Amino acid sequence: MTAIPGVDAPPARPAPPSPSDAARRRRRWRHLPQYAAISPFFVLFAVFGLYPVLYSLYLALQRWDGVGPKKFVGLENFRYLLTDGQFWDSIGNTLLIWVMSTVPMTVLALLIALGLNSSIRFKGALRIAYFMPNVTSIVAMSLVFGSIFSGEFGILNWFLGLFGLGHVPWLADPWAIRSAIAIMIVWRWTGYNAIIFLTGLQALPTDVYEAARIDGAGPVQTFFRITLPLLRPVLLFSLVMSAIGGLQTFTESQVLLGDRGGPGAAGMTMVLYFYGTAFADNDFGYGAAIAWGIFVVVVLFAILNWRLVQRPDRGQVTTEEGGR
Amino acid sequence: MSTRGRILTYAALVIGALITLFPYYWLSVMASNTTADIYAAPPKLVYGGQLFHNIGEVFSKIDFFGSLLNTMVVAVVTTLAVLFFDSLAAFTFAKYTFPGSKALFGILLATFVVPTQLAAIPQFSLMAHFGWVGSLKALIVPAAANAFGIFWMRQYAAGALPDELLEAARIDGCGFFRTYLNVALPVLRPALAFLGIFTFVNAWNDFLWPLVVLIDSHHITLQLALAQLNGLYVTDYSVVMAGTLVAVVPLVIVFLLGARHFIRNIASGALKG
Repeated sequence: MTAIPGVDAPPARPAPPSPSDAARRRRRWRHLPQYAAISPFFVLFAVFGLYPVLYSLYLALQRWDGVGPKKFVGLENFRYLLTDGQFWDSIGNTLLIWVMSTVPMTVLALLIALGLNSSIRFKGALRIAYFMPNVTSIVAMSLVFGSIFSGEFGILNWFLGLFGLGHVPWLADPWAIRSAIAIMIVWRWTGYNAIIFLTGLQALPTDVYEAARIDGAGPVQTFFRITLPLLRPVLLFSLVMSAIGGLQTFTESQVLLGDRGGPGAAGMTMVLYFYGTAFADNDFGYGAAIAWGIFVVVVLFAILNWRLVQRPDRGQVTTEEGGR
Repeated sequence: MSTRGRILTYAALVIGALITLFPYYWLSVMASNTTADIYAAPPKLVYGGQLFHNIGEVFSKIDFFGSLLNTMVVAVVTTLAVLFFDSLAAFTFAKYTFPGSKALFGILLATFVVPTQLAAIPQFSLMAHFGWVGSLKALIVPAAANAFGIFWMRQYAAGALPDELLEAARIDGCGFFRTYLNVALPVLRPALAFLGIFTFVNAWNDFLWPLVVLIDSHHITLQLALAQLNGLYVTDYSVVMAGTLVAVVPLVIVFLLGARHFIRNIASGALKG
């Protein structure tokens, strides 16, 4: 602007309408390629994600077998859900299996990561061996584990018998069933988490270790005082991922034990209960209500995780950037 | 580390790896023996000579090649679609700002928390409405682009694609799409390889959704065929195991081909997020 605000400054000239409009239109269209480039995901999500989720809220208020007419029942499905012992049991089973798998998995994965982080040979091959279960079909391996866990003929019981250990009814007793599923999850995810931890370990600053060594800290002390606190973000990531996965446990149970979760329904997880109700019993309205129940559990779990991430314990090394 | 410590570490790691790999060994042993051998006490721990006989039984009892073909089609088409759509969107989010770009990326991240099973029932009736129940389209189309891949690749693209490179392409007269094709894609190759294997493996192994949507259909995937084989021929366990073995092997090969690269990326990608 060259005009100096003053006495005879001309009144603000209205911008000539046509070029400005054209410019604005040009500006609006200028980003068309970008909008087009990102649109496939959003279109697919709207059709196959958002719409179904909203529709499932509507469905949860209906009684529907998937074929016949829908019948509006209001909050009946949700009221029943709150008193449905099977649903609460399925939450309990899911959480139990999650704890029973996550604790040993994390410990084992840490040990493997520490081992792989030391100066040994064939690290590449070991890493591949540990990681392989993670990419192998759960259905296929559930069949293999079904044989391994077989009470009468299973190789695991035969192996335990060699040491004079008792005969475990892996697929008949409630706790044995949950253990069997937990073992399969541990088998599948330990290598994955070991690789994640290993990457975290390799990113740790070496000077801290040097200082600890000079101060005379032993290996155990170094691990608990330095490595573990510095690894906190990575551990939390692994915890969050295992929670997301653990709450969705389905295939192991379904293949190993069928739609009803086996004897005593001990292997009935939340998603298996959902699947059985919706797609085996064709109770779509109640199935939708169960899905929302699962959603609430997942959200509560996510909030719990979030609180854990947000509140670093005092006295620990600040590690916000540690995992990057 | 002391020599003794090193040997102990090494021994522990090797034993752990052997335990991890044991189910694969056991699978191949069972697939090569008769059912009677599998159920024998003590069990037969070494290979038998029945492998090809058992595999032949699998082929005669279920449409193995049909389901293998279906799985291949689903996995390959899904992977190609995901690679294209995700990398294009990731490139856009990483390198362009336009009205609403931040908010749209935020929405994309928010979709992570939507649990898939919440959508399963309406998705099923949607597929019924489209007439896609029992069709492979029902597996491919909803999976053709995903938030995880876009997010992961955006992180990669933001670091790997310097602005100067894009500026140079612009000066050379490359439009948006040409820049993506000729400049971004070559740079994103390592990320594409990872996302490709990741998508392929997941598509290959997917079970819940195919189970729901391919119900009572002639177009089943390998995973469903396995579950079916198990249901139909429980008495002939060695045949079930032979089928399982043949279903596992292709994926193990795919994994081994790209393992080093894949493992490196899964960790760095995970920790960048």
